[in-house]
Amino acid sequence: MAKYLVIESRDPFDSSDSEYFSELVQGISKRGKATTLFLVQNGVLPARKGSKHSNMIAKLVRSKVKVLADGFSLKERAIGKLVNGVEVADMDRLVDLLLEPGTKAIWH
Amino acid sequence: MALGKTLTIAIMDAPYESSNSTTALRIVHAALEKGHNVNVFAYEGAVNLTMKAQQAHPNPVKGTSVEQEQHPTTKDWVGSLFKLASKKGVKLDWVNCGLCVDERGAGDWIEGPRRGGPKDLLDASSASNATLVIPTK
Repeated sequence: MAKYLVIESRDPFDSSDSEYFSELVQGISKRGKATTLFLVQNGVLPARKGSKHSNMIAKLVRSKVKVLADGFSLKERAIGKLVNGVEVADMDRLVDLLLEPGTKAIWH
Repeated sequence: MALGKTLTIAIMDAPYESSNSTTALRIVHAALEKGHNVNVFAYEGAVNLTMKAQQAHPNPVKGTSVEQEQHPTTKDWVGSLFKLASKKGVKLDWVNCGLCVDERGAGDWIEGPRRGGPKDLLDASSASNATLVIPTK
């Protein structure tokens, strides 16, 4: 079965695409596909606990999407507390996920 | 040659404009460190990442010198990735899109990259375990 690795580099404060993209990720997961969302660059902003758009991320966690946030991007933006269920990851983890057989990767 | 897997990445952002360049180079670095082979297809503005004439600069606003500023250049970063690949015994195949190079007069690059075209991306992708395309915003 195909696995989906979705890499989000944009944020909802800057781009309305981000919310549509979140809906796409949720849709993939609802079809029963193993779905990982990897947040990087400004994509980590809504993962900050208490941020205006943190509900978007919480909703994805509840939808069984594995949500990872790039530690380097978090550090650059001084983000410490994350939405429950979001895991800090690094590029090693991203490379492992990319190279997992049957994975379809999408960058946004 | 290592027994690692092969990852292909297509990048198109020009240097010093987007975090995409940094992230792409971080992914390449991590893959090489893990013993994987990496193909990079640099097109549009990304062909400027490897231009030999790039230079670090001082910051006149802050009054800092070149040495104090420690301004990183993408050509040095890519050069270090080639060294890392050699040290790890893996392959880094960096292709600069020829048409994009000619449009930009960006043909003078550091040792390592080669000139190619979209067919190289297709061939690399077909022979890879995974392909990631990082478009501009």
